[in-house]
Amino acid sequence: MSVLVILEQRGGKWNRMSFETMAAAGKIAKEMGAEIEAAVVGADVQALAEDASRYEAQKVYAVAHPLLAEYTPDGMTAALEQLIRAVRPQLVLFPHSYQVRDYAPKLATRFGKALASDAIDVRVADGQVRFTRQLFQGKLNAEVQAAGEPQFASVQAGAFRAAQPGAGAHTVETFTPNLEPSQIRSQPEEPFRETQRAVDLSAAETIVSVGRGIKDKDSMPVVEALAEVLGAELAASRPICDNGWLPMERQVGSSGQTVSPKVYFAVGISGAIQHLVGMKGSKTVVAINKDESAPIFEMADYGVVGDLFEVVPALVEEIKKAKA
Amino acid sequence: MAVGAYWKKKRMKTIVCVKQVPARDSTVRLSSDKKWLDETDVTFEMNEPDAYALEEALQLRDKAGGEVVVLSVGPPRVTSTIREALAKGADRAIHIDSGSEPPLDASGTAQLIAAALKTESPELVLTGLQSDDAGYGQTGVILAEYLGFCHATIVMEVSIGEGSVRVKRELEDGWFQHVTMPLPAVLTIQSGIKKLRYATLMGIKKAKTKEVRTIPASDLKIERNGGLTITSVNAPQRNKQTQLFTGPARDVAKQLVEKLKFEARVI
Repeated sequence: MSVLVILEQRGGKWNRMSFETMAAAGKIAKEMGAEIEAAVVGADVQALAEDASRYEAQKVYAVAHPLLAEYTPDGMTAALEQLIRAVRPQLVLFPHSYQVRDYAPKLATRFGKALASDAIDVRVADGQVRFTRQLFQGKLNAEVQAAGEPQFASVQAGAFRAAQPGAGAHTVETFTPNLEPSQIRSQPEEPFRETQRAVDLSAAETIVSVGRGIKDKDSMPVVEALAEVLGAELAASRPICDNGWLPMERQVGSSGQTVSPKVYFAVGISGAIQHLVGMKGSKTVVAINKDESAPIFEMADYGVVGDLFEVVPALVEEIKKAKA
Repeated sequence: MAVGAYWKKKRMKTIVCVKQVPARDSTVRLSSDKKWLDETDVTFEMNEPDAYALEEALQLRDKAGGEVVVLSVGPPRVTSTIREALAKGADRAIHIDSGSEPPLDASGTAQLIAAALKTESPELVLTGLQSDDAGYGQTGVILAEYLGFCHATIVMEVSIGEGSVRVKRELEDGWFQHVTMPLPAVLTIQSGIKKLRYATLMGIKKAKTKEVRTIPASDLKIERNGGLTITSVNAPQRNKQTQLFTGPARDVAKQLVEKLKFEARVI
């Protein structure tokens, strides 16, 4: 088995998911004996490739071209298509980043293949690589198998503990794809951030986070009371911020902040993966939700299956008593 | 405005791909073959990100004119979701009827849609960034590749120019980026970017007279190889030992505070 790991960088900095993907490749190597190679793509990625050569991959390709200075799906797909045809890996692994979501399905389609996207695990069964994916927002897990080679799969953020560099360095090889300006149809502008973050939730010790179970803006005082009695920061899942019930800067999840408080109260949050990646570093998780099958309970140390409009006020009363 | 005049003459056609999925709060049970869920007693609804794609398409049409065509792949039950889209204001619909076949992966679905769109030549194809059931998050991107269109994913804003579109994309960690690309294009829309409209009584009445073209999936004759096969489906194992409390609110609150104070020691 030969595995090609696509590492991701932006502006010369690693996306930290890159080495989680390397760890997933390492697991396959351990289970069935696999050669691991890696690639990093950009205009000038020599230094990054050198850095990556300290990890498990036997060879790192520095895929470099001036037209790859800024990410475009056309440029990335063309460059990686050429690399894969030259290197002929049996499995191509990506981090399931926003960028990968933008081009990897297109790349796999070039090979007439499907991408096993957002995999939370890989294992070898009957000599075949199988990927575990979540269905129904994490309520069920499916194991999937891809037909033919190369196979393509992307690995969910946080599914693997990032690989660590070893003592020596492996080979770095430059790969220069043939690219023409006319191949790149879209024109990206400079990335930007909308607001300076006034609230730093990453430092909070206690967070009360609210999700769509709260149903109505007028019900927000129910959770505000809990935050107040606990001296906690108030946060929310994405739909609450989209509705403007809390400012965007209080959003926890892949498009918001990543937090790791001592205790995280998830109130009326079902636990879509986009939210879980932002809070799974919390030490203690308390979940209150009426749906017993909500994925948030997978993460919770303490779970209350019940109506938040009854449970939260009762909890506020009990905490007041406990603190008195 | 120049752009308005351009589109008045051109009559922009937008296809919106919507999927019908189990309602978010459904309890999911495994099917007897353990390859999918048991659909008995499941209520279905429009995939939420697709509802935002539809809203964006309707708002673009309300500004620039033209036509919005809603497209859905699935068994006959998806006609209820198609009717909902028509009631909200889509002009006509295409239903690719997959009969009693099991659901396809994203590449199979995209192949069917691409085949059905051969005779449509739209300027824009919008869809949600991912589905709530299988969650591949790929159909739009693969469809663009099959159609030879440009694409952008996780789109927050759309502004149409003459023969081009400029979008605001969401990147990770609170970053955004504007990208301009030539039309035709496929855009996958992020949830929550606009307020969703409700169907009016008038809209529901009008929907009954709107055209729904049904194409049996087997008529599209796509070739399937290199797809993904689900070998098994299981309930996830808990990573943590979760202590669950149920019962009257006052009792569970008492038990929980006890645990938080003496076991987790966080109060």
